[in-house]
Amino acid sequence: MRAPDTILPLTAEGLGFARNGVDILCDVFLTIEPGAPTLIIGPNGAGKSVLLRLLHGLLDPTAGRIVYAPAPEPRRRQAMVFQRPVLLRRSVLGNALYPLALAGVPRGERDARARAALALVGLEALAGRPARRLSGGEQQRLALARAAALNPDVLFLDEPCASLDPAATRAVEQIVTALAARGTKIVMTTHDLGQARRLAGDVVFLHRGRLLEQTPAEVFFTEPETPEAAAFLQGQLVW
Amino acid sequence: MNDLGSALTTAASMVTTADPAVVQVVLLSLRVSLTAVAIAALVGLPLGALLAVAQFPGRRVMIVALNALMGLPPVVCGLLVYLLLSRSGPLGPLGLLFTPTAMVIAQAVLIAPILAALARQLLEGMWEEYSEQLRSFGAGPWRAVPTLLWDGRYALLTVLLAGFGRASAEVGAVMIVGGNIDGFTRVMTTAIALETSKGDLPLALALGMVLMAIVLTVNAAAQVLRDSSARWAG
Ligand SMILES: Nc1ncnc2c1ncn2[C@@H]1O[C@H](COP(=O)(O)OP(=O)(O)OP(=O)(O)O)[C@@H](O)[C@H]1O
Ligand SMILES: [Mg+2]
Repeated sequence: MRAPDTILPLTAEGLGFARNGVDILCDVFLTIEPGAPTLIIGPNGAGKSVLLRLLHGLLDPTAGRIVYAPAPEPRRRQAMVFQRPVLLRRSVLGNALYPLALAGVPRGERDARARAALALVGLEALAGRPARRLSGGEQQRLALARAAALNPDVLFLDEPCASLDPAATRAVEQIVTALAARGTKIVMTTHDLGQARRLAGDVVFLHRGRLLEQTPAEVFFTEPETPEAAAFLQGQLVW
Repeated sequence: MNDLGSALTTAASMVTTADPAVVQVVLLSLRVSLTAVAIAALVGLPLGALLAVAQFPGRRVMIVALNALMGLPPVVCGLLVYLLLSRSGPLGPLGLLFTPTAMVIAQAVLIAPILAALARQLLEGMWEEYSEQLRSFGAGPWRAVPTLLWDGRYALLTVLLAGFGRASAEVGAVMIVGGNIDGFTRVMTTAIALETSKGDLPLALALGMVLMAIVLTVNAAAQVLRDSSARWAG
């Protein structure tokens, strides 16, 4: 486990995000505690990606606020893998090195850390290849590797398995579990309910820009509090 | 027609035997234009990258001004640099007028806006794609400038080649600030203009052939680079 200096718990207090007068997220209260992964689930367009961007500080909330535990440089202690990752026009290794350089990791350490991260996702053999020529799934794994290399307190993953084959999905789940065991808090979205069951410590259920539940996983999957969540679990909730 | 034929043969032999008069003029042309491109790149590329990423008051005005300056006629550019460098001008005491340095300055002034404007267009698209990812890594616009210049390096090489093409082909600016002094500030374009008016067609043609060859090589190189950058960019 990590030393007590961490940006967790992270809380959202009445978080809202509106664009052009339309509420995309509204009145969200939640707490991200250290421990097992927090899974954010909900139908398409529910606001999951927007919520991750707000929590990560890429979007400014139009209402409410986000509070981190007091730790120095909160921005540097978190990383995010986007639903559509953007790889730099560099080699695979170059992509893993870049965020380490920005984070101020000493030059001598970067190479070893970047290569270890590539090994974690099984890309070490492709280190010299141009990153943007990788397959979609390989690109997603590279995006995960370079974020994990930063060793953040919180790692936001927006559908990290969306275009992965079953074996790669299993591999990513193992990586997520390993990162969680080493003390990295994972906050991720997924549309794969089986995956959510396997990974989740707690579940945040979003529907139409509102947070309907934040409950421990056992409770959520057996007796969800809201009818919307129950319908969603049975595949009957449309948007 | 016969004149042209014999002029062509003489010109060809001047090129193949590396006639010293031709070689000297060609080398000075290359030196002046390459130095001008290097200096213009040092200013123009970072400026273009900055305009692509940064939001500041006056940005739009600067972009419009740069685009307008892309069409700056070389003679006007030459005239402005002439006024700067002439004996009574602000930089007159440096004594640079009618030297190769003055020609470098004029060409650099001519193409820096071109490099900046082309770099901005190119990097703006890349920034649109990169910005959120880079912000997630903790990089703001300032830190993004070197990143974009590096990641766009293959595509930017074609921008440099465009600048070089423009510099080596222009005649007005170097004529005004260089003075076309034989053996000192005479470059290919000014020599061609002069020899043609004097009626020394073989020398003019020989230089014209070299100039054409350089322009063709530059364009071929630009094509190859574009292709390889596209392969890399994916
Ligand atoms: N920057 C933005 N400006 C305006 N509207 C936006 C913006 N970002 C997202 N939206 C809108 O907000 C809603 C929620 O988007 P979001 O990407 O969070 O959905 P999601 O829950 O991640 O869906 P999916 O499961 O399809 O990924 C969508 O209707 C989207 O069009
Ligand atoms: Mg999404």
